[in-house]
Amino acid sequence: MADTKIPRQDIPKQTPEERRKNFNEVALGYNKELAQLEAQRCIQCKKPFCIEGCPVEIDIPAFIALIKEGDFDGALAKMREKNLLPGICGRVCPQEEQCEIKCVLQKRFGAVAIGRLERFIADYEIEQDKMVIPPVADPTGKKIAVVGSGPGGLTVAADLAKLGHKVTLYEALHAPGGVLVYGIPEFRLPKAIVSRECHILEEMGVELVTDFVVGRAATVDELFEQGFDAVYLGLGAGLPWFMNIPGENLAGVYSANEYLTRINLMKAYKFPEYDTPIRVGKKVAVVGGGNVAMDAVRSSIRMGADEAYIIYRRSRTELPAREEEIENAEEEGVIFQFLVNPVQYIGDDTGRVKQIELLKMELGEPDSSGRRRPVPIEGSEYKIDIDTVVVAIGNGANPLVPGTTPGLETNKWGNIVAEVETGKTSKKAVWAGGDIVTGAATVIEAMGAGRIAANSIHEYLTTGKW
Amino acid sequence: MFKIVERERVNPVVNKFVIESPIIAKKREPGQFVIFRLHEKGERIPITIADADPKAGTITVYVQELGKTTFEMGKMNAGDEIADVVGPLGLPTPIEKVEGDIFAVAGGVGSAEVLPIARKHKEVGNKVVAILGYRSKDIVILEEEFKSFADEVYITTDDGSYGREGFVTHELKDHLDKGRKIAEVIAVGPAIMMKVVSDLTRHYDVKTMVSLNSIMIDGTGMCGVCRVEVGGETRYACVHGPEFDGHKVNFDLMLKRLASFKEEEKISLDRYNAAVGGENG
Ligand SMILES: Cc1cc2nc3c(=O)[nH]c(=O)nc-3n(C[C@H](O)[C@H](O)[C@H](O)COP(=O)(O)OP(=O)(O)OC[C@H]3O[C@@H](n4cnc5c(N)ncnc54)[C@H](O)[C@@H]3O)c2cc1C
Ligand SMILES: Cc1cc2nc3c(=O)[nH]c(=O)nc-3n(C[C@H](O)[C@H](O)[C@H](O)COP(=O)(O)OP(=O)(O)OC[C@H]3O[C@@H](n4cnc5c(N)ncnc54)[C@H](O)[C@@H]3O)c2cc1C
Ligand code: SF4
Ligand code: FES
Repeated sequence: MADTKIPRQDIPKQTPEERRKNFNEVALGYNKELAQLEAQRCIQCKKPFCIEGCPVEIDIPAFIALIKEGDFDGALAKMREKNLLPGICGRVCPQEEQCEIKCVLQKRFGAVAIGRLERFIADYEIEQDKMVIPPVADPTGKKIAVVGSGPGGLTVAADLAKLGHKVTLYEALHAPGGVLVYGIPEFRLPKAIVSRECHILEEMGVELVTDFVVGRAATVDELFEQGFDAVYLGLGAGLPWFMNIPGENLAGVYSANEYLTRINLMKAYKFPEYDTPIRVGKKVAVVGGGNVAMDAVRSSIRMGADEAYIIYRRSRTELPAREEEIENAEEEGVIFQFLVNPVQYIGDDTGRVKQIELLKMELGEPDSSGRRRPVPIEGSEYKIDIDTVVVAIGNGANPLVPGTTPGLETNKWGNIVAEVETGKTSKKAVWAGGDIVTGAATVIEAMGAGRIAANSIHEYLTTGKW
Repeated sequence: MFKIVERERVNPVVNKFVIESPIIAKKREPGQFVIFRLHEKGERIPITIADADPKAGTITVYVQELGKTTFEMGKMNAGDEIADVVGPLGLPTPIEKVEGDIFAVAGGVGSAEVLPIARKHKEVGNKVVAILGYRSKDIVILEEEFKSFADEVYITTDDGSYGREGFVTHELKDHLDKGRKIAEVIAVGPAIMMKVVSDLTRHYDVKTMVSLNSIMIDGTGMCGVCRVEVGGETRYACVHGPEFDGHKVNFDLMLKRLASFKEEEKISLDRYNAAVGGENG
């Protein structure tokens, strides 16, 4: 029996005081008892709206029912039918905007904690210490190059490998995972989870080639010459935007990508044990209000900053970051400065940033995104002393592959144009998906796009019809 | 893993390495570079491809010992393996037959970086003049290689222990003053040297390209640490360069950005020295 009198179960976390000092995961996850208690809350809707909210259509009530019964292996299998990376999605998906917001209990009792249950099941799998390698069909003799090993590329690789195709996964960096390894910090997504998933792929016969920049080491056309039958481009949105204001190139001003790459991928938080340095000062200003900005500002606190600011041009209501992460940031002592925008950075005589000049804003009419547009207040400039700046205002499309691939259409922002229903690009036998097509979005959307493209690629490879 | 097949100390501060890297060896063009990560805990450092043998599948680099990572690399030997080598990165140098001479001007280990560019210019039929500057006689490298193909080779040393006493700019100025028809000067070396060369040639209105050695991480345009200002615009040295019009580069900004991690670099080197019981640097 479902029991709506049970309150939504909180997830145990490290205390703010503790976690300010370490990079260990903040949320500790449900134990079996908590998971089964939470699972009891689900009323097993005949027409489950939660599934509609899930971009990969996980059979949510079914896996929750299995958790309730204590059949964790069954729940895991049910989950894996649709979701390749539950340990990752359970941690970073914005469930509050996807499945949970649609849950019928949402308004009166609080939604079932679907994301936490998803994570529980993934953690259970790791605890069992047995790696289940999905069965792989007989070899078809077809070769596919997947470019980019973010969540999108990993999904395409897994889906096609299962169908018996030979997949080579090319990654520019020295480690696979895309934003999951270079962007999202350890305290939100332990890197061991990502490398485990990549290991499973290799066990399934996917060849992983790191240190390989497509467009430089080989162009897309050269990949075809080498005998690939299809190419998937999951390049991500890997080109940091700056605001083009004075002082942005001073030492001590980082893009969020640089800052997070140093800390996460290169492990600068363990400098000097690891060689890559980072300099995080005592007063850090992070410009922006998305997940990337939250990750940067919370990393700053862990790196020892006394004051870590979020500088955001709208108000708290408009912050695009996940609510859970905003709350975590607040608990950890992040100082939010709303309705301000940087106009310039001021350096000392060695060329290091020492001040930020801010302009106050007020909210005007809603803009095309439906959010109220920030309007500058004339003459309201003021300065604050800071010694480190992280610019986290978004990422665009990297032109490296489009620029070396004749016949590949891009839009005016440089994103690759691909059909929503198939992932097909303007170039024959080339598919694309994820952030390189949509602009910076989410892990699950990149995975969803990857699944759609994998189906289309499989159809093309079996029928020969483009 | 990428195997070192040959290693030679070519002067007290520079090592030559020949490294197995078949894909890069086939694909690379003069002006391009690779990024190394020596081991799991290593940082990523950019190094120019000085030469390559597509048949043997190897690339050749010259690495000057400056800090922790380059000293550590200097201790590696034939048979050792490098965890990561990625490339070729950056845009190839545009090279075609031109009216007038090509002046390849290099400082220190920059002579290894300009070598493939100068050689290719010669191959397409240009007259190539090399001006190579070193601190002193004991660190002169690659003189024979340049002499084997360049039309003229001039060596300068700061202390006068070999070749002409003084800087590369002294030699270059003489040629400019003589009114030689110079199609292009390519200057590669420490930022300060490239700045001085650019300042000189600006007066003579001679096209000057420089290869910028800014700090890098990924080398694909993803992180933005390599940004430089050229003609007032922000450019990424790893994807828009590394070569830029020397007359338009904001060298002062670049020098300041290069010093971004000075203190951390010292901590790293001191710690390394303590560990190996050495006195490097
Ligand atoms: C700091 C940060 C925090 C985020 N937090 C969240 C979150 O909490 N929840 C959420 O859902 N989303 C979050 N996102 C967004 C999410 O990570 C992305 O939408 C998602 O990773 C996109 O996946 P992708 O497969 O399209 O590409 P990416 O993950 O960007 O991966 C692309 C990969 O392709 C490689 N590549 C690019 N060009 C080449 C080339 N020429 N040759 C070879 N390889 C190449 C890149 O090196 C990279 O590894 C966050 C993003 C960032 C930066
Ligand atoms: C495109 C390019 C090509 C290069 N080619 C060569 C070459 O052929 N031979 C050669 O000897 N050197 C070359 N360099 C410079 C070389 O990368 C640095 O000397 C090396 O990174 C220093 O590392 P370190 O740890 O030994 O010294 P550190 O102590 O880290 O630094 C010493 C100095 O090197 C610079 N530096 C530090 N880290 C980096 C980094 N990640 N990227 C670039 N510069 C850095 C700093 O300004 C510092 O002052 C090149 C640089 C670039 C950008
Ligand atoms: S909508 Fe909520 S209650 Fe209904 S099946 Fe989905 S999770 Fe369970
Ligand atoms: S090195 Fe990262 S953008 Fe150039």
